[in-house]
Amino acid sequence: MSENTADEKIDLRGVLCPINFVKTKLKLEMMESGQVLEVTLDDGEPMRSVPRSIKEEGHKVIKVEQIDDGYKIFVKKADS
Amino acid sequence: MSENTDAGKIDLNELKSGGFIKQNQKDLFTVRLRVPGGRLDIDKMIKIGEVAKKYSRMGYCHLSFRQSVEIIGVHIDDFNTLVKELAEFGQSIASCGPRVRVPTACGGCEYNPNGIMDAQKKALEVDKEHFGTPCHHKFKISFSGCPIDCARTQGMDLGFQGIVDPHWEEDPCTGCTLCEKACLEGAIVAAEDGKPIFYREKCVYCGDCIKACPTDAWTAKRKGWAVRAGGKHGRHPRTADEIMLFLPDDKVSDFIGKTLAWYNKNGKRGERIGTTFDRVGLEGYKEKVARPFITD
Ligand code: HEM
Ligand code: HEM
Ligand code: SF4
Ligand code: SF4
Ligand code: SF4
Repeated sequence: MSENTADEKIDLRGVLCPINFVKTKLKLEMMESGQVLEVTLDDGEPMRSVPRSIKEEGHKVIKVEQIDDGYKIFVKKADS
Repeated sequence: MSENTDAGKIDLNELKSGGFIKQNQKDLFTVRLRVPGGRLDIDKMIKIGEVAKKYSRMGYCHLSFRQSVEIIGVHIDDFNTLVKELAEFGQSIASCGPRVRVPTACGGCEYNPNGIMDAQKKALEVDKEHFGTPCHHKFKISFSGCPIDCARTQGMDLGFQGIVDPHWEEDPCTGCTLCEKACLEGAIVAAEDGKPIFYREKCVYCGDCIKACPTDAWTAKRKGWAVRAGGKHGRHPRTADEIMLFLPDDKVSDFIGKTLAWYNKNGKRGERIGTTFDRVGLEGYKEKVARPFITD
């Protein structure tokens, strides 16, 4: 799986903590281990909290990309 | 304090050192229980409730700012039976006057993701070893698990706050910049390649960078306690002085013991330790007490 092609995408701009994380978590639950989810987040609190919570759940942020009004983070789902 | 014909039955020493506080109402007292760290096992809580129901003549309890349960409106004649009934399930009374008080602590890291050090465990330990030690004035100790400092260590005679020393390795780092985002203190700035430049003087040792880093390029080099001393609230509040960083967990009790010995030697009756610092200077204390605990 290339780092640049995500299997799924979710745009969470405008979605507040901790709902943004909950949505990320639910999305990841529907995916297979090793698949990559692209999550679009606002800068600020979401960028502080969501990647950290993803790590706590055992998944891995493999790449971070800055975009005009926020960030895309690429999350690789953990082996279950 | 009211004279009472049954006074012979009451251990007067217990009255003076224990948590019995005279109320406005004649012969009624507030009884303050010893609840280190504010953690109450539920069975105990229910039993306290039963005892309180039986002996409070005012029908309520109060939760004190130092995490104790206070039974309000206990008649002086009921002291003995009340103390006995509490003791039956291992509940003792708090202390008053010029001595070490029940330590307080934040909820801590068993259920709070911010916690770095185990504040609850330390509070229990320190309560066992130092509670009630006589000194020149009240002596308050608290423990916070992390730099958010819920247990307000700045306002304690002696406060301990959990900290972690972040250490960075270049190899695993992908330059993702998440640690820069994670650090609220501006202690991490991402360089051109996204990799962190660390400004130690701004770091508060919270460990957020360690929690954020996806590749574990940031790890915990060591954990320990930031120590503050000389704080108090009251009419003339004083912010504690920063004494040292990274006191190892197993040295806390020793540190408290040595601090109390210094205070008892250098302080005056009726003077909080912060006032002693202001009178004789902080350097002597740092040199004598803290220095031997500093490893680098
Ligand atoms: C038998 C009597 C007393 C007992 C058992 C006692 C105990 C305590 C305790 C446990 C606290 C913390 C309360 C809380 O935050 O929950 C406290 C706070 C305080 N008490 Fe007392 N106290 C007694 C008498 C007094 C007296 C007589 C004074 C003043 C003349 C006093 C002044 C204060 C002040 C200023 C605070 C807040 C100070 C601080 O936290 O640094 N207390 N006391
Ligand atoms: C389960 C228990 C608790 C949780 C999960 C919790 C969580 C938090 C969080 C997440 C923050 C702050 C976050 C931040 O500013 O980054 C905070 C701040 C704070 N909490 Fe708690 N807390 C708990 C219990 C308590 C208790 C029992 C106290 C005090 C008695 C307390 C006092 C404080 C204080 C003083 C702050 C700092 C607020 C400020 O001035 O910014 N917390 N707590
Ligand atoms: S001091 Fe830190 S560990 Fe303790 S309750 Fe507050 S946030 Fe949690
Ligand atoms: S420990 Fe906290 S303050 Fe220090 S660099 Fe890491 S995130 Fe910033
Ligand atoms: S979060 Fe970790 S991988 Fe990302 S830039 Fe910081 S140290 Fe490097």
